[in-house]
Amino acid sequence: MSRENELVEVPLHEVAHARTGDKGNRINISLIPYKGEAYGLLGEQVTTERVHALFSHRGATSVRRYDLPLLEAYNFVVDDVLEGGVNTSLNLDGHGKTHSFRLLAMTVTVPRRLLADGSPWRKTDT
Amino acid sequence: MSAPLFLVGNGAGFSGDRIDAPIPVVRTLVRRGLPAALFFEVLGERTVALAQLERRRDPEAGFEPMLERLIEPILKPCAENLIKIIGNFGGANPAAAARCIARIAVRQGLPDLKIGVVEGDDVRSALDLAALQPFEADATIDVEGRALVAANAYLDAQPIVDALRQGADVVVTGRTGDPSLALAPLIHHFGWSADDWQRLAAGATAGHLLECGSQICGGVFFDPGYKDIPDPANIGFPIAEVDEGGGLVLTKAEDTGGLVDLRTVKEQLLYEVHDPACYVTPDVTIDMTGISLEQEGPDRVRINGVRGLKRPEQIKVTACFEGGWLGEGEVSVAGPNCVARARAIADVLEERIRRRGLDVRSRVDIIGLASVHDSDDGALWRAHDGPEPRDLRIRLAAAGDSRDDADQAAREVLALLCCGPAGTGGARWRTTQRISTRSYLVPRASIRPSATCHTSGELAQ
Repeated sequence: MSRENELVEVPLHEVAHARTGDKGNRINISLIPYKGEAYGLLGEQVTTERVHALFSHRGATSVRRYDLPLLEAYNFVVDDVLEGGVNTSLNLDGHGKTHSFRLLAMTVTVPRRLLADGSPWRKTDT
Repeated sequence: MSAPLFLVGNGAGFSGDRIDAPIPVVRTLVRRGLPAALFFEVLGERTVALAQLERRRDPEAGFEPMLERLIEPILKPCAENLIKIIGNFGGANPAAAARCIARIAVRQGLPDLKIGVVEGDDVRSALDLAALQPFEADATIDVEGRALVAANAYLDAQPIVDALRQGADVVVTGRTGDPSLALAPLIHHFGWSADDWQRLAAGATAGHLLECGSQICGGVFFDPGYKDIPDPANIGFPIAEVDEGGGLVLTKAEDTGGLVDLRTVKEQLLYEVHDPACYVTPDVTIDMTGISLEQEGPDRVRINGVRGLKRPEQIKVTACFEGGWLGEGEVSVAGPNCVARARAIADVLEERIRRRGLDVRSRVDIIGLASVHDSDDGALWRAHDGPEPRDLRIRLAAAGDSRDDADQAAREVLALLCCGPAGTGGARWRTTQRISTRSYLVPRASIRPSATCHTSGELAQ
């Protein structure tokens, strides 16, 4: 197998970028692969169950995923994750803006060619 | 021949945005010489309530505190080049904001500048909130017995269009749908009808993409080594080019940093969106599922395939209530055994609050182990068993209805300077009032907005 097609287990951050928005006690997180070809693989691996597990310690009650194949992007909506929302939260980040990077810490397994151009995993054998 | 364009630039995406950002946007709009508008979006969910509290203290206050500094450098070039200025910088007091702009205009030799004021978003006295249907998940927010501070409807674009039809050069609003601020000058310029969902959706999408300022130009985006942008200390603010048929290209101010590409547009398109097939604005509902993007050139992205659906029958009203008090305190530890000392501080703070019987809900963060991603019970930092960091900051947050209890809890952090573990330093604490919000849906007909227009000479007196 060529090195480019070799499967590597990496944080999602090496494959995709993301942004969080909030409304009340709910956040949405967009998830956008750097390489469009990774869209399908991410759909298989970044399931609502796995995303829910990331936020279960915060009391998240449900996760929905909207698939946008034309944009090659996903939109996750996580309910009841802000411990009351910006109004009542005791968290420094009451809006939950930092949560995109909690999602990006999830691991996925992809061929090396689908990693971001800037990813150090492109160069090493980790 | 390409279709005639109208340009919409954004000068601020929130209250607290960079005050020098509008200048290159206006310079670009002037240089391009096309009909154009500049809008400011500075009103977050709770900002209007904080402004209402300001207005209670001073009847001539309660609008965007940076208004003068935002407007002063750009008012004259906008007036001279017929660039309309629109902003929700009126906050809880649009009439006073208009007077403030009028005084700047007169000072700058523009006594005939026409300033429109949109009112009617303040529905505190007009609606019986208890009888209304709460918005989506807000039914669970408990506001029983809380004093109402503000209740404002998200007005649509039409009152702004009305002010522009009266000849306004500047339009000041309070609460308005954010995308409506950008859509209004497009409706006015192209004469789009109020039920032309397809064109309205294109204009509202422009507003949605523009309304957070630099967020589509590299703000909330750059990630060194992965998503690099030029000159992040001078990110340019965005400009939309819109044609009569709803064709839409996103670009940004010239001679600035940042970038506009497929990645920035995708992130901002989905920002604060739930179901992309049904993004509701007061003017039109947007279906984003058919959207495709095209990079036409450097910092130029065309947005194709926006679909418009009928506007909602009901209008969203956000009510803000007094929400009690928040006390916060922080202190640092560093060097050998700092994790154990930080954990000891957390234990002591919780024990002090318990022994003193302070009536607060509290949380401790150990910044450096886990904080913003953690839960109120510290699940992540309590489970931490990684390598010891060089330094840690311990934060207590305590909320309650009693100002004194919240403040006393925060002061327990200060007391650690003498009573805490070895090598504890750098204490800070503060106690602030909290605002609770709850949104409702109300029939469109129950909201009665108005638009008036006067010259700066008249208003400045």
